Amino acid sequence: MSMFNIFHISGSAVSAQSQRLNAVASNMANADTVAGPDGQAYKARQVVFQSILAQNGTDQTDVGVQVVGVQENQTPGRRVHDPSHQLADADGYVTYSNVNSVEEMVNMISASRSYQNNLEVMGTAKSLLLKTLQMGQG
Amino acid sequence: MLNRLTDAMNFQAQALTLRAERQRLLASNIANADTPGYQSKDMDFAKALREATSPASNTADSNMTLTQRTQNALQSSLSSMTSMDSNTVDMDRERASFADNTVKYEASLRFLNGSIRTMMDAMKSPNSA
Repeated sequence: MSMFNIFHISGSAVSAQSQRLNAVASNMANADTVAGPDGQAYKARQVVFQSILAQNGTDQTDVGVQVVGVQENQTPGRRVHDPSHQLADADGYVTYSNVNSVEEMVNMISASRSYQNNLEVMGTAKSLLLKTLQMGQG
Repeated sequence: MLNRLTDAMNFQAQALTLRAERQRLLASNIANADTPGYQSKDMDFAKALREATSPASNTADSNMTLTQRTQNALQSSLSSMTSMDSNTVDMDRERASFADNTVKYEASLRFLNGSIRTMMDAMKSPNSA
């Protein structure tokens, strides 16, 4: 039954979008951090999507999504003059993370909308399949 | 001989299968709404159904060739606007097509159920009703 593949397709998309949401959460949480785990200022992360042929899909029509990597934003972070800060450099500047919270909010809304869309697709497919199962019974 | 009984249902059965294929196609488009470079796809349903139900295609391997035929009717749907990552999924249109296809799938299903019920009623013995 070809419609069962919809669960693979939309399922992969839901999983990818939730990873994107994870990245947004991590960026937002670190929006004001000064130092990341490596001692450098935290760099905003973004997931990279790529389409894949869904499981046991032999034809080109069922195309799911996967996250192929996480990209770090390399733009320099915000520098604030604060000589009294513990992590200030020789010139008295503190480098904050390069997270743009407006961008992250937009990203979050977009991810959550896509997540909802895919859930709805799965719900519709499920109800159609259930109705198909009852064919000839009533 | 027995398949004469179900011949009338073949058309709706093919329509249902093609609707399922299109549903899957639209699900792929919605899933890839944020994938860079993804080209949205749709099928020409009328063309696919015409080819699937033409007398020449009533062969044993009709299921095998069905996906083939869908491929033929596949077309990159023309998009009114492309985003900067050259993704051509227009979410509004995909959602509309998805809803449309859902309703039509249910319609086919209902027609099919109607034919089945008619056939069942005709087969019932007169005194059981």
